Amino acid sequence: MTQDEIKKHVRIYIAVFAALAALTVVTVAISYLHLPLPYAIAVALLVATIKGSLVASYFMHLISERAVIYGVLAFTLIFFAALLFIPMYTTFEGSF
Amino acid sequence: MMEIPYTVKPHPVTGVYNGKFGIWLFLASEVMLFGALFSAYVLLRVGADTWPRGSALLNVPLATLNTMLLITSSVTMVMSWASLKVNNFGKYRFYFASTIFLGLAFLVVKSFEYGAKFEHNHFPSTDTFYAIYFTLTGLHGLHVLGGILVNTYLLSTAKSMWNRDPEHMTNRIECAGLYWHFVDLVWIFLFPVLYLL
Repeated sequence: MTQDEIKKHVRIYIAVFAALAALTVVTVAISYLHLPLPYAIAVALLVATIKGSLVASYFMHLISERAVIYGVLAFTLIFFAALLFIPMYTTFEGSF
Repeated sequence: MMEIPYTVKPHPVTGVYNGKFGIWLFLASEVMLFGALFSAYVLLRVGADTWPRGSALLNVPLATLNTMLLITSSVTMVMSWASLKVNNFGKYRFYFASTIFLGLAFLVVKSFEYGAKFEHNHFPSTDTFYAIYFTLTGLHGLHVLGGILVNTYLLSTAKSMWNRDPEHMTNRIECAGLYWHFVDLVWIFLFPVLYLL
């Protein structure tokens, strides 16, 4: 990576920081609107997902990573989804 | 003594240096650890007759402050790595020490929060909400503490390592950064889930 590329990266890091701070304020502000719970959950998780994606993409450099790392993460996401949804499905099978 | 291979150059099979591949595998296991607890949280909440809104029981302004502290520490961490990439060791030291300081500030704020809860006789054994709140935030706090300890070690040995092998040192900071950003990422989800919903 050249010095100019790093300087460009630094500008992006500062922009991401500003976005994360703004989204934190948005998350807290929305919580004071006392939305019905399903909407509150959806909005809070949406904002958290956007913030998490910014951290992962830019700070953890996932936006330009090697294939092997994407492979590890793809497996992780599959197992994470199974971990989250299989217990829910088996516990609340009758309710669905 | 045999040197650890591929600490700087990419491994021919994976295409990345071994440290980075190793830390990503470790982070994958961490996703499963926190994932299991998030899953437990969802099951407990959905299965409960009533569940309190976190904002009614917990200190939202303090948690917001802690969110800002961790986000800022993530930026200082990535800036410390970028400083090494442009061979500016002085700036690296400033940003990396700031990351450690911000991590400590997070734990101090957290300890005030815990202290207030204990004063009001709210313990993990009080009810299911506090049980999962203390479990998730406690485990996360231990991760912050672990990161601070490793970062302090890396800072204390930085000068000699920078003089000996700057590329290896830069890669170590990148790996430490990946862990630290993951800890930040977990908090980004813990904050709304526990405090706001």
